[in-house]
Amino acid sequence: MFACARRSGQGGLSQSRIGIKSKSGIENGFAVIVCRACEDPSCLKVCPTDALKLKSSGGVSFNSNKCIGCERCVTACPIGAVFWDGEINKPMICIACGYCASFCPCNVIAIEEVPQEVVNA
Amino acid sequence: MLENDALSRILYIDLTRRRSWVEDRPELFESGLGGTGVGIQLLNEECPKGADPLGVENPIIFAVGPLTGLFPMASKTVAIFKSPHTGNLGESHSGGRSANAIRLAGYGAVVIRGASESPIYLAIHGDDVRFRDASALWGMHSCFTVGRIIREREPGAGIRTIMRIGRAGERMVSYSCVTMETYRHFGRLGLGAVFGSKKLKAILFSGKHSVPVKNKREYIKIYDRIFQSAIEKPTKKYRELGTSENILPLNELGGLPTRNLKQSRFENAGNISGEKFAQDYLGRRIACTHCPAGCIHLAALRQPYKDEPYFYKTSMMSYDYEPIYALGSMLGISEIPDLLKLLEVVENYAIDAMSTGVILAWATEAMEKQLVSKKETAGVALNWGNYVSYIQAVENIVEGTTDFYKALGKGLDYATEKYGGSDFALTFGGNEMAGYHTGPATHIGSLVGARHSHLDNGGYSIDQKVLLSQTLTPEDLAGMLMKDEQSRQILSSLVVCFFARGVYTPQIIVEALKMAGFEFTEDKLNQLGVKILSEKYKFKFREGFNPEKLRIPKRIMDTVSPVGNLDEKFIRDTIKSYMSKVL
Repeated sequence: MFACARRSGQGGLSQSRIGIKSKSGIENGFAVIVCRACEDPSCLKVCPTDALKLKSSGGVSFNSNKCIGCERCVTACPIGAVFWDGEINKPMICIACGYCASFCPCNVIAIEEVPQEVVNA
Repeated sequence: MLENDALSRILYIDLTRRRSWVEDRPELFESGLGGTGVGIQLLNEECPKGADPLGVENPIIFAVGPLTGLFPMASKTVAIFKSPHTGNLGESHSGGRSANAIRLAGYGAVVIRGASESPIYLAIHGDDVRFRDASALWGMHSCFTVGRIIREREPGAGIRTIMRIGRAGERMVSYSCVTMETYRHFGRLGLGAVFGSKKLKAILFSGKHSVPVKNKREYIKIYDRIFQSAIEKPTKKYRELGTSENILPLNELGGLPTRNLKQSRFENAGNISGEKFAQDYLGRRIACTHCPAGCIHLAALRQPYKDEPYFYKTSMMSYDYEPIYALGSMLGISEIPDLLKLLEVVENYAIDAMSTGVILAWATEAMEKQLVSKKETAGVALNWGNYVSYIQAVENIVEGTTDFYKALGKGLDYATEKYGGSDFALTFGGNEMAGYHTGPATHIGSLVGARHSHLDNGGYSIDQKVLLSQTLTPEDLAGMLMKDEQSRQILSSLVVCFFARGVYTPQIIVEALKMAGFEFTEDKLNQLGVKILSEKYKFKFREGFNPEKLRIPKRIMDTVSPVGNLDEKFIRDTIKSYMSKVL
């Protein structure tokens, strides 16, 4: 989470595009919440201004200029992977850069190239 | 500091009037950094001389620091208050998610004043401060359950801390703790009782603000250096077996307090060692927020139900060196399941495991010596290794069932005044000992101590690294203890975990602070360490600290340490020399 926010040159978490939370109590371990780069993304379908677009390489691109800050994308994503920067009132959409993976000391997360045909298999 | 950094915002909460407000006080952080350095200034402002620790006038102060939210292992919150256990300076450190949650909720420190008339919990989501009724949570048997209920009621999963007390805090047992994230604690000196005296059942902080930096490119460069260092050697031991790896070496050395320090070696240490825990019971390893070391080790205990075949419950408990010593070797408990069952009760009540173990050990010996009988213990026969009797005793202490248990609920100094047995009551400055009988330095450090993260000082290290191979004069030892303690004031003001002391060298601290807008040199940092420690002693003296009247338990002289038998005169001379450097 901190690595993701730091990528934009800040401390703290407002610009983080990944979330970690316990699975109903720390004794049950943790869930990593991150964009799955859906083929038919829920977030994109509800965006009223086309600020979100499907990328040919997978995932969603975000055009901040078009965004009106309605937060529909946040509600629409069933896995909660659209994060919200309350300081600028814009969604934080994962760009699959893999920066977070290089700061995971336990190798829980990794960045991998996936051939198009097996995306969402 | 940077102008747009929310670190300078202090959240004031008045529980009596149920009001809260924010004051912007950058000067406090510029002069004291954060954590201990800011906390002690706020305590001086807020706590009147001679305040009753359980009265409305005793404040609770939390402080984080400029590196929190920016750098790894800057994951600790410092709590400062007047301790109901010692009647003097109370300082306790904890991790979990607390530090980042407070900082990213938009605060550098929090001051809690007054007391509520009825049970409440505070829900602080960024600038939104709510006083929520906690009547239904009051009196609940398990602290785990309280955490679960608040977790389900409040938002902020993943970015919040939930600090709560158990039954012990409600009943103001003087060494009750505050638990957060189920497994981390403000463990020592009775912050839980101060919560209880204010009818404050829990506090939740959540937030995900950004934290500004002075130079983005430089920030990332320094971060990477610190991160690399943090995942390498200095923290390896904490990550693998965790602090419990110390059981076997300390035992071999003859420094593991056993059966109320009648011995300093435990014949069954191998059964409760870090290695044995890891092999047979380690269920999960976790970390505080923003810490790549991940020292928290959870044991999984599977227990069958008595009347039903193939029916089990599995509990997870965090274990460390100190609870294993206090609830294991100190009580002669030789089996991990027995130790974990006792620990589970201690955690349910949210009571300091270290003080509890030392108090039960004293009570066992007091029974052996017939200072007390079953009449005082409500029929419980305390004897070494009998974990069932210890569980019963903990329940009795928390509920205060007899005068004896009520006295034990106020700590050993109080109990020995009524029942005798002070020769073998292992308290130092009013607080029960940590798990080191390594030599004189650790005990002297505890006697003169001015902080209580889990122990008071780095004396255990001086004992092992220096005194095992050479002799020191009282002046030299006092100087070493003082220097170490002054440097640790900086770590506890940043606030960096002491386990990262090998990572955060003075030079790294100077560079990291620069990114948060603080211009320091190594010399200036040293001077600040001296100043903060001196401020803390001023408070201690104001509240009646008298180094000449410190009681040195005879037991530590009677039981041989790894550096030989301890000499009271040497200890007193070192204390005198140490204090002359303070004043």
